[in-house]
Amino acid sequence: MVFARRGGIGRYYDVNGWLFVAPALGLIALFMVYPILWSLWMSFQAGRGMMMKFVGFGNIIRLWNDPVFLKALTNTMTYFVVQVPIMIVLALILASLLNNPRLVGRGIFRTAIFLPCVTSLVAYSVLFKGMFAIDGIVNSTLQAIGIVSSPIPWLTHPFWAKTLVIIAITWRWTGYNMIFYLAALQNIDKSIYEVARIDGVPAWARFTHITIPLLKPVILFTTVISTIGTLQLFDEVYNLTEGKGGPSNATLTLSLYIYNLTFRFMPNFGYAATVSYVIVVLVAVLAFLQFFAARERDR
Amino acid sequence: MKNGVGRTVTQVFTYGFVGLMAFLSVFPFIWMVLGATNSSIDIIKGKMLPGEALAMNIANFFTLVNAPLVFWNSAKVTIFATVLTLAVSSLAGYGFEMFRSRRRESLYRAMLLTLMIPFAALMIPLFIMMGKAGLINTHIAVVLPSIGSAFIVFYFRQSTKAFPSELRDAAKVDGLKEWQIFLYIYVPVMRSTYAAAFIIVFMTAWNNYLWPLIVLQSNETKTITLVISSLASAYYPDYGVVMVGTILATLPTLAVFFFMQRQFVQGMLGSVK
Repeated sequence: MVFARRGGIGRYYDVNGWLFVAPALGLIALFMVYPILWSLWMSFQAGRGMMMKFVGFGNIIRLWNDPVFLKALTNTMTYFVVQVPIMIVLALILASLLNNPRLVGRGIFRTAIFLPCVTSLVAYSVLFKGMFAIDGIVNSTLQAIGIVSSPIPWLTHPFWAKTLVIIAITWRWTGYNMIFYLAALQNIDKSIYEVARIDGVPAWARFTHITIPLLKPVILFTTVISTIGTLQLFDEVYNLTEGKGGPSNATLTLSLYIYNLTFRFMPNFGYAATVSYVIVVLVAVLAFLQFFAARERDR
Repeated sequence: MKNGVGRTVTQVFTYGFVGLMAFLSVFPFIWMVLGATNSSIDIIKGKMLPGEALAMNIANFFTLVNAPLVFWNSAKVTIFATVLTLAVSSLAGYGFEMFRSRRRESLYRAMLLTLMIPFAALMIPLFIMMGKAGLINTHIAVVLPSIGSAFIVFYFRQSTKAFPSELRDAAKVDGLKEWQIFLYIYVPVMRSTYAAAFIIVFMTAWNNYLWPLIVLQSNETKTITLVISSLASAYYPDYGVVMVGTILATLPTLAVFFFMQRQFVQGMLGSVK
């Protein structure tokens, strides 16, 4: 029955359809699919610059003995494990508070909290670097209020430098995630909340038993995007900590390490490609785990 | 039900929390604007009052940086990336939704898989490709890899589901060709979809950093994000000048956000539906 139509209209449809999707698919194939496969091929080679030779799994073995790589991997995973949950919870709380129609001035609050996500990653990193300088406004304020007695070395101490990166990305992306939750909350029937309120369900329980379960698909979506984003962290770390990856590599991320391996040190495209595949594998595994966890809890 | 005192406490807590978050979100912007009017030393000291150094900071910025050229470079890259991405992606979004082909869904799914590829894994092959094509240090190299965007295609396809097929049928009866239907009916009808996609692509292109950092190596081709980054990484950065730079870099996206706030929010939502 499919073939009966093929000769006439069916064929016409096909040709047109292909013409419409061809430019996009062609570009994606050329600038995404081809490079990612090339990168896989390169990860089995090593050498300086263009002089590459096949080394099989040599690069992968080198990964395990490379302290800088292990440091970058640990840092990246630390950002992921600490920052993503903080941001998701904060965005959820803010969204549910700002969804309350009786909250006066919620439009202004919303706009204020969205605002960071229109700045460039570079511009805000530069601002944060100034604000968190040793004699900068954050330290002088903290000292004036009496929270700390001596200034915190935000940019030069390994622990505080990591903390600063986490504060910075939380500032930039919380509002972005909040938008998704606000949108999803608008689609929830308000009478569910009314009924719960009349039944005497306290606000906190309404949040954990109604809001969170109903928002689960959106939470999954934002978690996956945030995971991909965190694993690619580059602009902030590069600009907050002078491109070096902080005091003794304390803020170095995988992306920054790949950049250094390729454009700062003696270029080794093969090894850099291997490190980049670590990110590919991490993204795939973590995204899969998140989908899996969401599905399991549905049962 | 809650008693009066309990409710008041909740209210105070809610406004306090939301107010604090809003303040923390806006504070760096205030600091940036006040900073542009102060000298570098005052900025670092944390002076939170307007100063008199604005004219000097602007003058210093314009002596240090060839501002018109840098701005023009950013504008050029952003405009080309935005127009081409919208054209290519909306064609594909329309194509994927309107046409039937046996391989359509599997191709679409394969395309969506590319969303998972991190840029770090692409940058080395892309750099070598651009080198071989002789495009290093050109704006073409900055724009080219960003045009085919699986995310924007996905966004257009989702929105195309709302496009009334009666319009298309009627146009066909009138004898319009497929490209004419797209150009004269689809594009005007889908205005708001284009507006939302415009904002997302515009912001991404304007704020792009890592790829331009790799490809653009001479001062004549650098975009504003690259310039601010290099101003701020000086050993003793002049924060007054840096502030003027960050304001100039943020203004276009801020303007787009305020003029098109509604579409911006819808644009973000389009991706969850």
